[in-house]
Amino acid sequence: MSAAVIVFPGSNCDRDCKVAVERSTGEQVSMVWHAETELPKGLDLIVIPGGFSYGDYLRSGAMAAQSKVMQAVKKAAEDGVTVVGICNGFQILCEADMLPGALMKNSGLKYVCKPISLTVANKDTRFTKRFGDQAEVVMTQGNGDGNFFADAETLKRIEGNNQVVFRYVDNPNGSVNDIAGIMNEAGNVIGLMPHPDRAFEAELGSADGATFFQSIYDAL
Amino acid sequence: MSAPQKTIAQLAEEYGLAPNEYQVLLDRLGREPNQVELGVFSVMWSEHCSYKSSKKQLMKFPVTGDRVICGPGENAGVIDIDDGDACIFKMESHNHPSYIEPYQGAATGVGGIMRDVFTMGARPVALLNALRFGEPSHEKTKRLVKGVVSGIGGYGNCVGVPTVAGETNFHKGYNGNILVNAMCVGLAKADEIYYSAAPEAGHDVVYFGSKTGRDGIHGATMSSAEFDDESDAKRPTVQVGDPFAEKLLIEATLELMQSGAVAAIQDMGAAGLTSSSVEMAGKGGVGVELDLDKVPQRETEMTAYEMMLSESQERMLAVLKPGFEDVGYRIFQKWGLDFAIIGKTTDTGHLVLKHHGETVCDVPLAPLFDDAPLYDRPWVQPELHPALGTDEVAAPTSWNDAVLSVLTCPDMASKRWIWEQYDRHVMADTLQDSSTGADAGVVRVHGTEKGLAVTSDCTPRYVQNDPYEGGKQAVAEAWRNLTAVGSRPIAITDNLNFGNPQRPEIMGQIVRATDGMAEACRELDFPVVSGNVSLYNETNGVAIPPTPTVGAVGLLTNYDVVTGFGGAAEGDALVLIGETKGSLGASIYLREVLNREDGAPPPVDLKLERKTGDFVRALIEAGELTVVHDLSDGGLVGAAADIALASDVGMELDAGEAVAHGFYFGEDQARYLVAVPNADELVAKAKAAGLTAAVVGKVGGTDFAGKAASGELFRIPVAHVREMHESWMPNWIEG
Repeated sequence: MSAAVIVFPGSNCDRDCKVAVERSTGEQVSMVWHAETELPKGLDLIVIPGGFSYGDYLRSGAMAAQSKVMQAVKKAAEDGVTVVGICNGFQILCEADMLPGALMKNSGLKYVCKPISLTVANKDTRFTKRFGDQAEVVMTQGNGDGNFFADAETLKRIEGNNQVVFRYVDNPNGSVNDIAGIMNEAGNVIGLMPHPDRAFEAELGSADGATFFQSIYDAL
Repeated sequence: MSAPQKTIAQLAEEYGLAPNEYQVLLDRLGREPNQVELGVFSVMWSEHCSYKSSKKQLMKFPVTGDRVICGPGENAGVIDIDDGDACIFKMESHNHPSYIEPYQGAATGVGGIMRDVFTMGARPVALLNALRFGEPSHEKTKRLVKGVVSGIGGYGNCVGVPTVAGETNFHKGYNGNILVNAMCVGLAKADEIYYSAAPEAGHDVVYFGSKTGRDGIHGATMSSAEFDDESDAKRPTVQVGDPFAEKLLIEATLELMQSGAVAAIQDMGAAGLTSSSVEMAGKGGVGVELDLDKVPQRETEMTAYEMMLSESQERMLAVLKPGFEDVGYRIFQKWGLDFAIIGKTTDTGHLVLKHHGETVCDVPLAPLFDDAPLYDRPWVQPELHPALGTDEVAAPTSWNDAVLSVLTCPDMASKRWIWEQYDRHVMADTLQDSSTGADAGVVRVHGTEKGLAVTSDCTPRYVQNDPYEGGKQAVAEAWRNLTAVGSRPIAITDNLNFGNPQRPEIMGQIVRATDGMAEACRELDFPVVSGNVSLYNETNGVAIPPTPTVGAVGLLTNYDVVTGFGGAAEGDALVLIGETKGSLGASIYLREVLNREDGAPPPVDLKLERKTGDFVRALIEAGELTVVHDLSDGGLVGAAADIALASDVGMELDAGEAVAHGFYFGEDQARYLVAVPNADELVAKAKAAGLTAAVVGKVGGTDFAGKAASGELFRIPVAHVREMHESWMPNWIEG
């Protein structure tokens, strides 16, 4: 598997994503700077990491979505490459119109950091196959803008297409339909607010994040 | 119409120089300074920069040890954590700014302490904060808590360094002066540490990071004065932070260091460009000449005075090795930050500043740097509270109510509302944090089997009633907390928060508290490697409770053995290791149940502390203990409840023949509570080691319950304890 993590100014989970994918799959991961116009040849997996790209100063993910490298990421996604956006990465994918919906300020108006239980809403995806019949998946999350929203029509479409991949057991931020992670219609691009990159070893409180990355690895 | 020009002597007073200090300045200079020169002297001689009232006391601390690579005097302390790894850490206060503008005050406190750490070549890996607020009912407290917490979170979360531990107290003594002490811990290679002393003359001095604006001018001077009712008017002197710029600055600085370009480096903290240039040149024994026209500026028409005194954030000053200018420009262009050569080191021994082609300052560095006036301020022995016997303290009339009062009072209640706003997991190396239930935060040394344990401690009510014992206790508790997670305590950073040192009774607190701290550091082989002093924490003549906060770091050679409060299982025995005398002086019980704050704090027997801790740590390292908690605030009830809540189990405690309220609420030191399947073996081992150990209860059921020879005293469902413990803070602050 050939994997890369995109690094924006203000990304702060770039190393975490690299380490998580490497430990989970045993494969090496390269880092790609945001100013690049081309991605390394033959990539199978692109990870857009969490953090505060460009300080999140305009709107979370809005400026990163306009950066040079995102044109190349879009193109790769169209070619079927697997793209994972975690936390700020999810926000960037929504801002780049690679995923439907938007992430608003948490309903409690505060940043919330805590371990979170999820149900696998769609077990038949390249991101979730390895979870099998596991009832709940645990990851931690930390964000201020994690409140997923989509208008009624969009929501109906993504629910109808089984694009919802993870749901919160106990909704921490007001996300519509308890949505924690969604994928595109083609099923190769996922965005999720919880961090599999912080839950890849039991000593971190959960190894379910490793299962997530291993599912992707299996699918390739 | 313009106001009449002030004389330089009048300005000197306005800038915080005492008349005698101004006279010294005139003598050293041999002439009257101009305004820029006066500004430079006044900040360098401020309490904040010069430590003029505390230096003599700080000299008492042990500052060396086998593992000390760099002690006090640099940006932060450096310790050896084996295998060529080093840990760099420091704690610093941002009290005055946080009271005036809580969000920015706290945020820039976090930013400033991080810069102290990465300036020396370390990547920050953990943040802690020690917060003291006024009483919850005070009109300003809620707003201050909200602002400070979101400021700390807003900055640390964005930069991407986990906030793993901290402490929060509420007391009316802080109504007019809150304390915001932030600590940062970083990791570096032991042979790649960067210092601030400039090498020989002729090297380029380079400025990088954010541009200079007019914010924070004279912040160091403000931090060296008391508050009064007009303090809100000082808001313009509070700095404004930009965590995004800090994140870029960390990456760019570490990359610049990797390139081999850096000969010396110093962050621009308090007193900005003035203190950074003076420190670098002063330590290196060279002069420095700066061309202020080259300083990257955010605002137009800034004067030399404003540029030198600005405390704009996220800025660094460095001396480059020859030939590295282009490397530097490239790195900073990549990260989108300013990078400008603004001067050079000289052999004149002077600080020379040019602006618009004119020399606007030309003063010798020696008096600025290490010749600031020092004071041996008069002090009086603090009034000590007599020890209280258990017979001088009433037993509870309702035990259930007393237990709940202790567990749910503002100091003891869950601070989930606070720490859930902090990213505790970024960097994916956090093993223990505020949420997991442990006496210290623990992060992995990335890519190794080692762990760093970090804690922050002080019990101000003890220091108030006996500064010497309270000072000892702050150090001992930090040492105990590090031990309780299985680490070997290595060194501390101290953050001394006191009132006005010109009052002999306050100076007495400073002298005696530091005496106690120094004694504890010596006995526990726990040297001080960095620190910060915050004085003049007074409003309208009322001083804060003396609060010498101790931040400490310990090393786990194999983090697999790390312990916490969780994991106690049905059937386990609860064993108390250490001696219980029932000390209720200055206890939480006394204050929360009996509304008294008197009495001597529990004395700390440092030899016993060490012996007990070494015994417990050896068992943890051998994998024989997994559930460990030190006893501190709230005594046995406090510790046992933490274990019950973290493990989600019930407990039946038994005081036996002991005086019950002393047994349950006494805060005797050098004690640990552990849960084990086989108590007999542990008790026998402790006795063989010459220590006291006894079974004080068992784990099981769903109630938190306790009895004595007289019968059952309290029984509360754990679910109810949890509900009460968790609900105080959200009910108060959102209510």
